[in-house]
Amino acid sequence: MTSVTDVSPARPAFRLTRAFGGIERLVVPALLIAGWEVFARSGMLPPALLPAPSAVLHALGDWVFGFDETTQTYSGHWLRDALASALRVFGGFALASLLGILAGVAIGWSRLFEKTLEPTLQMLRPIPPVSWIPLAIIWFGIADKPAIFLVFLGAFFPVLMNSIHGVKTVDHNLVRAGAMMGANGRQMLTDIVLPAALPSIFAGLRIAVGSAWMLTVTAEMVAVKSGLGYVLWDSYYFLRYDIVLAAMISIGLLGYLSDLGLKAIMARTLRWQQTTTVQGRAG
Amino acid sequence: MAAIELRNIVKVFSDKRRGRDLLTLDNINLDIEANDFVCLLGPSGCGKSTLLNIIAGFEQATSGRTLVGGKQVERPGSDRGVVFQQPTLMPWLTAIDNIAFHLKLKGIAKAERYDRAMEFIDLVGLRGFEHHHPSEMSGGMNQRVGIARALLMNPSVILMDEPFAALDAQTKLEMQEELVAIWQKRRCTIVFVTHSVDEALVLGNKIVVMTRRPGRIREAVNFDLPRPRDITSPEFNDAKRRILALIREESTRLAQAS
Ligand SMILES: Nc1ncnc2c1ncn2[C@@H]1O[C@H](COP(=O)(O)OP(=O)(O)O)[C@@H](O)[C@H]1O
Ligand SMILES: [Mg+2]
Repeated sequence: MTSVTDVSPARPAFRLTRAFGGIERLVVPALLIAGWEVFARSGMLPPALLPAPSAVLHALGDWVFGFDETTQTYSGHWLRDALASALRVFGGFALASLLGILAGVAIGWSRLFEKTLEPTLQMLRPIPPVSWIPLAIIWFGIADKPAIFLVFLGAFFPVLMNSIHGVKTVDHNLVRAGAMMGANGRQMLTDIVLPAALPSIFAGLRIAVGSAWMLTVTAEMVAVKSGLGYVLWDSYYFLRYDIVLAAMISIGLLGYLSDLGLKAIMARTLRWQQTTTVQGRAG
Repeated sequence: MAAIELRNIVKVFSDKRRGRDLLTLDNINLDIEANDFVCLLGPSGCGKSTLLNIIAGFEQATSGRTLVGGKQVERPGSDRGVVFQQPTLMPWLTAIDNIAFHLKLKGIAKAERYDRAMEFIDLVGLRGFEHHHPSEMSGGMNQRVGIARALLMNPSVILMDEPFAALDAQTKLEMQEELVAIWQKRRCTIVFVTHSVDEALVLGNKIVVMTRRPGRIREAVNFDLPRPRDITSPEFNDAKRRILALIREESTRLAQAS
């Protein structure tokens, strides 16, 4: 009896916090933005140095829709710039995923590949991808190729490392079970090891897509004349910090959406992993 | 010809870290007849799993010969169904896909796979759960899938390594009864590893008692108490006393030796 009366008052309170959970989350960003707006308009700093959020939004709106040409040559060209960056991300990421998974599975599965391939790759891994920029420009010029090359470098190693790890940590008994059921070498790889390593491979892909955006923007600031990173760097030279901020927001948003997309694919592919127990473990 | 013949099996593990060799199985000789339900009984660490893994082809004996159906065992194969201590199912496959995995590896079409697997879904009482993933089922249900998966291959022997050890007492009793029923219905050869005297006596019609490490065969006892076995009957207790005496003899002998 007492326990029932003790518990019941706690329940509505619990629901209350849940209902306001969404609003609570917005309090800090809203205050920050409001404070920034007020501070920017107070005139303590020249508006060119710290554009107000409303000015940033204005610049972003014009960049996207081109209504009053406040962003000058960029006005209305957001889609073109975003697409240019996204294609570099996608190109480098796709190449890195393909080769990273192939090499990772080969190294994780076969002693021969581990001995021949892994030492070289492990020696290249500590070299920061950004430090390849000079060579990338010399080899590929100023265009898409150096950017894709850099993205590839940044995305390849996370995929590689996680694929190796995924294959190496496959439950030994699953492999035995496969052999018991008559799996040949190829089936062992495609029907047992690869699916078992998928969660780890996906973890690598998610890290990789983050690096991919980072390196696209870096490359565009130095070695390419288009894309969101280029707009960001170019606007910096012309002291248009509203556009700089608009570019930062765009990059953040696209990076977030890429991760969201990847997460959705992962949730579909690894549905077996997320299902909850309906029957209780012990019985 | 016996279903399984073990001839002078010796297994030495080399403990690389300590730089010495560990004699785990010392000259095992054993014949297991077709349709026998053999329980391999011994204390933990005596080499039961090692012996089972040698029959399964997962491990190679250091010396000696292992014959299953008259053929030398060289590698794992679907003529020997293994049920592991942990269910060891493919977590990304549903119950029916796990049971039919052997057929998939053989390239048999999905409709026929499912058709043939349904018989085994029914045999282990999992109708209604065929499209559940292992993470959606209890330990006992997963172990049923593991047993069905082994049975579907129609192997000449089924090797089970403490498959019920991780289950709660009640589920364990149910599963033991079901396993006996399946064995009576399908007439297969089972080698069942356990460290529990009661479990061995409930299940087996032949009980092989192993010694502490290095594992040797202490004695192989035929045990033909009618089924279903009543674990409170005087006959059951007599047999239990006999087996326990064998084990105790072993311990006192060890105590005197040391
Ligand atoms: N792969 C291995 N390497 C080294 N020692 C092992 C290995 N597998 C088992 N052993 C040793 O062999 C002995 C017997 O093990 P096991 O067959 O698992 O015993 P049981 O199943 O009877 O409990 C143990 O002492 C164990 O430590
Ligand atoms: Mg064991």
